[in-house]
Amino acid sequence: MAIHLTFRQDRCKGCGLCVAVCPKHILTLESGTNVKGYHPASCTEEAACIGCASCAKMCPDSIITIQKD
Amino acid sequence: MKREIWKGSEAIAEAAIRAGCRCFFGYPITPQNEIPEYMSLHMPQSGGVFVQAESELAAVNMVYGAAASGVRAMTSSSSPGVSLKQEGISYMAACQLPAVVVNVMRGGPGLGSIQPAQGDYYQATRGGGNGDYRTVVLAPANIQEAVDLTQEAFDIADQYRNPVVLLADGLIGQMMEPIVWKERTPRPLPEKTWAACGRGDRDHSNFITSLLIDAPSCEAHNLELAEKTAEMEKNECRWEEILLEDAEVVFVAYGTPSRVAQTAAENLRRQGVKAGVFRPVTLWPFPYARLREIASLETTKVFLDVEMSLGQMLDDVNLAVAERKPVRFHGRCGGAIPGVSEVEKAALEAWKEVK
Amino acid sequence: MTAIYQKTKGLQDTELHYCPGCAHGIVHKLIGEVLEEMDALGTAIGVCPVGCAVFAGNYFSFDTIEAAHGRAPAVATAVKRTHPDQPVFTYQGDGDLASIGAAEIVHAAMRGEKFTTIFINNAIYGMTGGQMAPTTLIGQKATTAPLGRTKEQAGMPIRVAEMLSTLDGCVYAERVCVTDIPHLNKTKKALRKAFQRQMAGDGFTFVEILAACPTNWGMEIEEANQWLMENMAAYYPLGVIKDTEAM
Repeated sequence: MAIHLTFRQDRCKGCGLCVAVCPKHILTLESGTNVKGYHPASCTEEAACIGCASCAKMCPDSIITIQKD
Repeated sequence: MKREIWKGSEAIAEAAIRAGCRCFFGYPITPQNEIPEYMSLHMPQSGGVFVQAESELAAVNMVYGAAASGVRAMTSSSSPGVSLKQEGISYMAACQLPAVVVNVMRGGPGLGSIQPAQGDYYQATRGGGNGDYRTVVLAPANIQEAVDLTQEAFDIADQYRNPVVLLADGLIGQMMEPIVWKERTPRPLPEKTWAACGRGDRDHSNFITSLLIDAPSCEAHNLELAEKTAEMEKNECRWEEILLEDAEVVFVAYGTPSRVAQTAAENLRRQGVKAGVFRPVTLWPFPYARLREIASLETTKVFLDVEMSLGQMLDDVNLAVAERKPVRFHGRCGGAIPGVSEVEKAALEAWKEVK
Repeated sequence: MTAIYQKTKGLQDTELHYCPGCAHGIVHKLIGEVLEEMDALGTAIGVCPVGCAVFAGNYFSFDTIEAAHGRAPAVATAVKRTHPDQPVFTYQGDGDLASIGAAEIVHAAMRGEKFTTIFINNAIYGMTGGQMAPTTLIGQKATTAPLGRTKEQAGMPIRVAEMLSTLDGCVYAERVCVTDIPHLNKTKKALRKAFQRQMAGDGFTFVEILAACPTNWGMEIEEANQWLMENMAAYYPLGVIKDTEAM
């Protein structure tokens, strides 16, 4: 079973709340910026994701989708 | 049709229920307490909603909520309380919501007196709330008319998606007169597909709002409202002409003073002075065109505007007459009601000036 | 592929205008989820405030009505009484609810109006740029209290949940926050319970959500949430304030 995270990075405001709540510490704010000038969030190690969806639940802009296959 | 004796305020309330008003929200204030009192019993009995709100401000916002969710609603108050409602009226006009607001006018300004007055004409006809908008303003002069206009008010409100003001002076609210409940044909009205009543199967949600934060959108919206205002002006103007065919002295009056003026006119005619009454029924749209026509007649010599104020409709009379003939004014205020003899005297003085 | 988590249908696809780290987006989402789970997106009617959330109607996918400042409880009173079988809620900030709207919320609670009020308490006026709110803490700075709120000048802040709980018509009041996942989960449960009690016809239900306003507090987001837990939660205790039978 693999878990896939999708971030709508163009809508990310770089608030960092997802990074703070991830229990596996596998999220980060990228050094580059998106169209709005924010540092968007992304996952550094998808294979370590446990699918708790804390990041997605916490995201104020609901930009994270989590799927498994 | 059976004739029944009704008190003005109660008749207005019953008329609203018969017109399909499904909810009433109000607050006590003299001289219209009979309206919420009547509604507190009869509105729930007819399956509707009654709430005595915590203030006139809350009441008009309840009307806003009912209207926004597609329900016929009414509130009533008297002058100081209607000042509180101006916010709600502006919001309803902005959001294009239908509603009926009844003002049973008393002496002002401020807390004023509890006796009849007509000091809220400016507020009602110029739009007492912020921004560019107008509401149709209906001014009954007797209880039958109050009942007929109240029922019409709901149709007007729905047709144009706009609040309608019923402007009665305290005497109309308190007097008792015989009336008949006429059979009426409601206007054909569109469905309220815009209402925030639950999305259901609609492919979009409805959001009732008046915030248009970018100027071009807000301006475009205002121009849309202005088109509607023009339609109301074109279609809804009403007035009555009494003994006017050959009148040399023309009283201009609405509500209670129009009845005083009518008696004065009849008395004057017996004395050989040709007097008549021009009675606006809609204060907005004001019957400028017809009044101007009358001002242009050779027979017309002078106008006497009679109001229970220091002269608010007077501005509109002057606009209409546009100096074609002299316009004189006789007013009482603070709750004082002009009597027949003082109005007759003022008319005679005005007539002597121009004879 | 199966979805573990996707955006609720209770929200449209519009971009939110809220500041980074603002709780509004989180709470909007939780409301959307609760109503979606209740299968109520076709029947719910929300009443939006004046404040940062004035645009909420552009975000929720169900019908909404923008109220004049403070008047949402009056608006919702009429909406719920004329649509008694539909879920109705007001969504209000601390200026809207505790300042200009103080009379309306008290009387709605007094009457036991069967709608839910969701109160976002961030102890400041956000939309207008950071003025003092009735809930601004003593010593907290605001643009209209530049040296910090003092008891002498402005009195002590209002604990709204406790105040409304003195009224019999208010049957359920809970104070929560969304600073981390455990608290967020409690917030969602409180919202669900409030709507359930509303639909059961019990009376007025109230959820007060302590929220950070990093922009107007002049703090980083994590710092703001910490400040909230250390200072706001100390004055405005988290937890169930009232949970009684129907009035």
